[in-house]
Amino acid sequence: MAVLQHIRLGDWLTLVIGSVCVILLAMKLWSGDLADKAVIRSGGKVFREVTLSKDQKIEVPGPLGISVIAIQNRRVRIASDPSPRQYCVRQGWLQQAGEIALCLPNQVSVELTGSHKRYDSLSY
Amino acid sequence: MNTSAQSSIPNPRSSILLHTTDEDHHVALMAAVALGLTILEGAIPSPLPGVKPGLANIVTLIVLARYGWRTAVWVSLLRVFAGSLLFGNFLTPGFFLGLSGALFSLLVLAVARHLPSRWFGPVSHSIYAAFAHIAGQMAVVYFWLIPNAGIAYLIPIFASAALLFGAVNGLIAARFMDNAENNMFSRGERREGQNMNSQSS
Repeated sequence: MAVLQHIRLGDWLTLVIGSVCVILLAMKLWSGDLADKAVIRSGGKVFREVTLSKDQKIEVPGPLGISVIAIQNRRVRIASDPSPRQYCVRQGWLQQAGEIALCLPNQVSVELTGSHKRYDSLSY
Repeated sequence: MNTSAQSSIPNPRSSILLHTTDEDHHVALMAAVALGLTILEGAIPSPLPGVKPGLANIVTLIVLARYGWRTAVWVSLLRVFAGSLLFGNFLTPGFFLGLSGALFSLLVLAVARHLPSRWFGPVSHSIYAAFAHIAGQMAVVYFWLIPNAGIAYLIPIFASAALLFGAVNGLIAARFMDNAENNMFSRGERREGQNMNSQSS
């Protein structure tokens, strides 16, 4: 091949190292078992979609008041909620893709999504 | 009327005509070729926004190899600015994506061109520049445009595209320079691009 004569030894090296880097990147970023995104819904509509890579607290308004959703170390929980029985708060940290916490009285929910879901649905 | 020695425009009537050198004309010509390639590339459908062959970088690579880094900077940035005016996205996010990619590429090329040329040719330069380009774009996307987005998932796609298109562009540039050396451009003029006049362009 006449084209290949333009690729010098170091170029091959660059190509090989570049390919290895791309493969490593893909393996690292696409391992995809843990959840990578949280979908926050309020009143049935998607309120926000956030990545789990950034620690933050999000205030979601509902009919009863404000639910606070906390993201920390790639985990999500409902930190506080005005619902009377506090089910969603007591559910604690969510980590796997497909897990969901529902605060029905306040119509707020947070669901974790990943590249592939481990469960179609979870029922409690 | 005495300016026609420097300008290619005969008997210029405008009093604001800039005094341009041959170097400037050359930069403008190369930037125009790069622009043409950019527009050509705009016609190629892309499976994912942002995955583009970056054909204009072939011009940058050739200019880098033949006329030095400073000229390559001129050609590349002229292409980005003029291209954005042409496409109508000057100062939009898309413009800053392109600008940041171009700047990162140029910085990396400034280092990469000092690699021993016996082993490292345009193909290496092109691949490094392509990686730098997506790194620059990702930096803008992450720190400015959508800090929370899951763009990390797209990075492997962008990186593969950079590797592929970088290698192909480098090969095209190397091939072109080889042909040019054997054929028409064998006049042996290899200016270093150091005599850029700041008064012009």
